[in-house]
Amino acid sequence: MALYSDKVMDHFINPRNVGVIEDADAVGEVGNAKCGDIMRMYLKIDDDIITDVKFETFGCASAIASSSMATELIKGKPVSEARKLTNQAVAEALDGLPDYKMHCSVLAQEAIESALENYENKS
Amino acid sequence: MNIYADNAATTKMSKAAIDAMVDCMNNTYGNPSSLYMIGQRAKEKLEQARAEIASVINAEPREIIFTSGGSEADNQAIISAAENGRKRGKVHIISSAFEHHAVLHTLGKLEKNGFRVTLLPVHSNGIIDTGELEAAIDEETCLVTIMTVNNEIGTIQPISEIGEICRKHGVPFHTDAVQAVGHLPIDVKAQNIDMLSASAHKFHGPKGTGFLYVKRGIPLLNLIEGGAQERGKRAGTENLAGVMGMSAALRESVQSMAAVKEHVIKIRDYIIKGLSEIPHSALNGDPETRIYGNINFSFEGIEGESLLILLDRKGISASSGSACTSGALDPSHVLLAIGRVHDVAHGSLRLSLGEEITYEEADYIIKSVKEVVEYLRGFSPVWSDLIAGKKEYIL
Repeated sequence: MALYSDKVMDHFINPRNVGVIEDADAVGEVGNAKCGDIMRMYLKIDDDIITDVKFETFGCASAIASSSMATELIKGKPVSEARKLTNQAVAEALDGLPDYKMHCSVLAQEAIESALENYENKS
Repeated sequence: MNIYADNAATTKMSKAAIDAMVDCMNNTYGNPSSLYMIGQRAKEKLEQARAEIASVINAEPREIIFTSGGSEADNQAIISAAENGRKRGKVHIISSAFEHHAVLHTLGKLEKNGFRVTLLPVHSNGIIDTGELEAAIDEETCLVTIMTVNNEIGTIQPISEIGEICRKHGVPFHTDAVQAVGHLPIDVKAQNIDMLSASAHKFHGPKGTGFLYVKRGIPLLNLIEGGAQERGKRAGTENLAGVMGMSAALRESVQSMAAVKEHVIKIRDYIIKGLSEIPHSALNGDPETRIYGNINFSFEGIEGESLLILLDRKGISASSGSACTSGALDPSHVLLAIGRVHDVAHGSLRLSLGEEITYEEADYIIKSVKEVVEYLRGFSPVWSDLIAGKKEYIL
């Protein structure tokens, strides 16, 4: 049996929304290099709609795949809906993660929360 | 291209080993403890293998105990020495910070039971200082256990000097030689080794088979109680097929040792040179005093598990000291012991080459690692901070 689902592998090998938004309306970052995971999320928000999202991630395959999936799940959505994103939703959308990798989906949720907090503090 | 570069994890079984096992399973099914002819024939085979294995490390056949592998041998050696020590009021053990967990966890257990454990530093080159070893020995020291070759960074420890110091102070010396047997010449008499652990699958033998060498006169404690096999020191019907495979594999490894080393070491250094071209990378462990097949690098700004999976997709099997590969929180204790900080210990890659490695494969490895590191750095927030000057490079 493979370590990861096909979905995880797909989002790891071909991550969606990779990169930086230079004029982002909000930036969030969680994790640290000491633990081996850092996620940084950039959001572009118009009229409370997330019109663009990009990420940079330092971490394992499931951290990269979780970041990629999380960006897919919030892109084009209202801020209020993005706020409700849970780590379970990220993991489920990836067809599951190994137990000891669930924290990767938690980081993805927290990265988005951190970006949204940054947005709310600004506005 | 498919390249197996994880020979420190396990090796492909040799044809000689497989043939010896199949022959044994087909033709020598008797129980070596039975007195009739087919049992005695099995016993004879077992003893021939014991004599052959003993001769490779210059031991006596009766000094070899067959075990289920390196971990069992480490456990038995350390627990025996500790209990022998305790009987004489000696409760201090010296080891090193980067031993295999079969050693470290056994020591941890003993520590909870009242032993004092000194873990010698292994310094930035991954080699212990024998002066520090000698200084650490006190009247209560009942064991020194230092590995011959480190499994992650391949550094070779000064075993002969350690043996001499232990002999001088009358302290038993055990070495976990799992990464060394079949790859480096070992002479337990000349090197003053009292106990040594080995594992067959690291030299093209089968998994689940190994041995413990114990110098005559050193009392051994049983981990497994039962029948009188292995001179009463390890109960259970012997894994005869496994032992036959181990003996055949070891014979072949020892015969080809010098030629394999000469070939592999050139390619190892070629790959090290190639990977050193990657900016902000560093070889882990001494470049010279290391086993011929081992390469261990840290790359700044990336994480090891993603590196491994992308290399696997390119057909390269390797390993990493990253925490994410094991499900642990901390990266490799070996890399931390040589002073690598967490940030770069997570971004490590171990390649352990086999004797069939070619220059063409070496070029492919270098090219693939360069591509993958560059790709992962491309969307690493750590790397983008480094190139933007927001953070200082570590490597």
